[in-house]
Amino acid sequence: MAVSGLLGLRLERRANASRAMLLVTPPLAVLLTVLSGAVLFAALGFDPVKALMSYFVAPISTRYGIGELAVKATPLAMIGIGLALGFRGNVWNIGAEGQLTLGAICAGGLALAFHGQEGPWLLPLMMLAGAAGGLAYGAIPAWLRTRFNANEILTSLMLTYVGTLLLSYLVTGPWKDPDGFNFPESRLFNDAALLPIILDGTRMHLGAPLALLAVVVGWVIVARTLIGFQIKVVGLTPIAAGYAGFSQARTIWFTLLLSGGLAGLAGAIEVAGPIGQLQPSISPGYGFTAIIVAFLGRLHPVGVLLAALLMALSYLGGEHAQIELGLPLALTGVFQGMLLFFLLASDFLVHYRLRRVAPPGVRAARGRVGEARRRWTSFP
Amino acid sequence: MDILSMILMSVVAAATPLLFAGLGELVTEKAGVLNLGVEGMMLMGAVIGFAVTAVTGTAFLGIPAAALAGAAMAGLFALLTLNLLANQVATGLALTLFGVGLSSLIGQDFVGTPLDRLPQLDIPGLSTVPVIGPVLFGQDALVYLSLLAVGGVVWFLARTRAGLVLKAVGENPAAAHRLGHSVLGVRWLAVLFGGAMSGIGGAYLSLAYTPLWAENMTAGRGWIALALVVFATWRPGRVLLGAYLFGGVTIAQLHAQSAGIDIPSQFMSMLPYVATILVLVLISRDATRIRLNAPASIGKVFHPGG
Repeated sequence: MAVSGLLGLRLERRANASRAMLLVTPPLAVLLTVLSGAVLFAALGFDPVKALMSYFVAPISTRYGIGELAVKATPLAMIGIGLALGFRGNVWNIGAEGQLTLGAICAGGLALAFHGQEGPWLLPLMMLAGAAGGLAYGAIPAWLRTRFNANEILTSLMLTYVGTLLLSYLVTGPWKDPDGFNFPESRLFNDAALLPIILDGTRMHLGAPLALLAVVVGWVIVARTLIGFQIKVVGLTPIAAGYAGFSQARTIWFTLLLSGGLAGLAGAIEVAGPIGQLQPSISPGYGFTAIIVAFLGRLHPVGVLLAALLMALSYLGGEHAQIELGLPLALTGVFQGMLLFFLLASDFLVHYRLRRVAPPGVRAARGRVGEARRRWTSFP
Repeated sequence: MDILSMILMSVVAAATPLLFAGLGELVTEKAGVLNLGVEGMMLMGAVIGFAVTAVTGTAFLGIPAAALAGAAMAGLFALLTLNLLANQVATGLALTLFGVGLSSLIGQDFVGTPLDRLPQLDIPGLSTVPVIGPVLFGQDALVYLSLLAVGGVVWFLARTRAGLVLKAVGENPAAAHRLGHSVLGVRWLAVLFGGAMSGIGGAYLSLAYTPLWAENMTAGRGWIALALVVFATWRPGRVLLGAYLFGGVTIAQLHAQSAGIDIPSQFMSMLPYVATILVLVLISRDATRIRLNAPASIGKVFHPGG
């Protein structure tokens, strides 16, 4: 740090993470992303102001748009809550996309199996099946990690590819719609297998309150339970956790099962909500975007909710700008990646500070002044 | 050319991208840095390599451009993790997400553009030897380069002073720092090398393996390359072995599909991913072996100021 030394500044690790910076940096990262977005739009030959309006404002200026925001934020918040808990404990579940897919397969399979003989019991059963599917799929990396020490990042990600291929097999093979002109899709679910709309004139469905419930449960786990505390300690100081008798294996199992279950539930909600059938692709990468959601939300349930809304807006904006201005849809991914970069860069301000380092003579003099002042103030 | 050498050729072709990316990541990790952004860097290499080759008409510009693209992405990672001390796991994930988006943005004009496959450089006399001739001496320039790179990395890590410094930085950065070595400088170079190699690996996919550009065409190879490094227990020679094994699995499933074996193609396509998991489990099972071979400081933030 020669340069900062020259300026009389020194980089210091803060004893405690700065709470103020923890709250200020996410909006700062968003601002920087929007500014870079303007530059990018200009570079692509679009009027930056018009493009930004079309991307970030126009999509949610209608009632329908608000509903769409909720539709997209629902899976993001739900998955993000689970991932955030895991990340707190240094358990890196990167395979939420795969767990979502398995949830969708389980819920969708149920809807197809009971096609034509549904009752009010079907929908809750589908949700349970989805959560169970995701949970079981999250159990694989948990088992491989605790039993064989295999890195959960790589195993959960590999399982995502396996899950997608399994879905592809099902919708092109045994579950293909018999009257579907050979399209790789299942038949459309009946009404009893679809989540009811809760806001007229939009697609907002019962999944949105379920996601809010997940946020509340996540908050309770983080703030009010022993396991939430254990996860945090295991993540921050594994050695201290060991002395306290907190098991790392239990943290791994709990967080992977929980995040897998929530991702599976999100998958069930997607097929029973906006999609209404099984298709080869049931998610525009929600499982991966939820990673950004978890970080942007500072691994805190309330933050995750806000971040999920923002990321939902980035999906909507991408679609809107594509239709309106012919901007490429891939911009969404660029924006999301950029936002995470800015956030990680600004993390620097949370954990470190630049401090003026006075020359030794000044320091000594300051010490004497301080000494005198203390003597005066402690004078009776 | 007979069928056996054709199969072997295709194994080499499937293995080469993994070999490049795996070797690069190995050097990065040896310096104590875990860069999970291999997939993103490969994608950027693939799209830039393809675009530059398509526009200029020569892979002699396309391949260096791919290496630069990979290195540029790696530079972003290095800036964040080394200078701004960001979490390496999170930053690596961000790099992959960003690379997926940016590469499809850049590549959208090149989807469906035809391109000639990277030419094969037959080594006169030797390439006509039956079976092994074409496999060993009838490959394209990048295959030879990948094999040279294996030798180069083995030699560098085991036989050069700089290689020793790099390993010291990975094992004990604080001690290396006190001995007067620039930990950040060494790590920057190691990360950039890893990025350039991933970029070339990506370019091999878009210039030689398929020759075309498609969104997300790496299909998880960056992650498989990361698993390869673990499989190889951080030894470059074993990265070569692992890459060719994975190449073999990939080609075996492709041939089984085309031979009309009565298993749905999706299940065959799962094989490389399932194999990766199995291999990881087999290698990681022995926790002591991993601990003894993994660079001691891997993934940890180092701040020279303490």
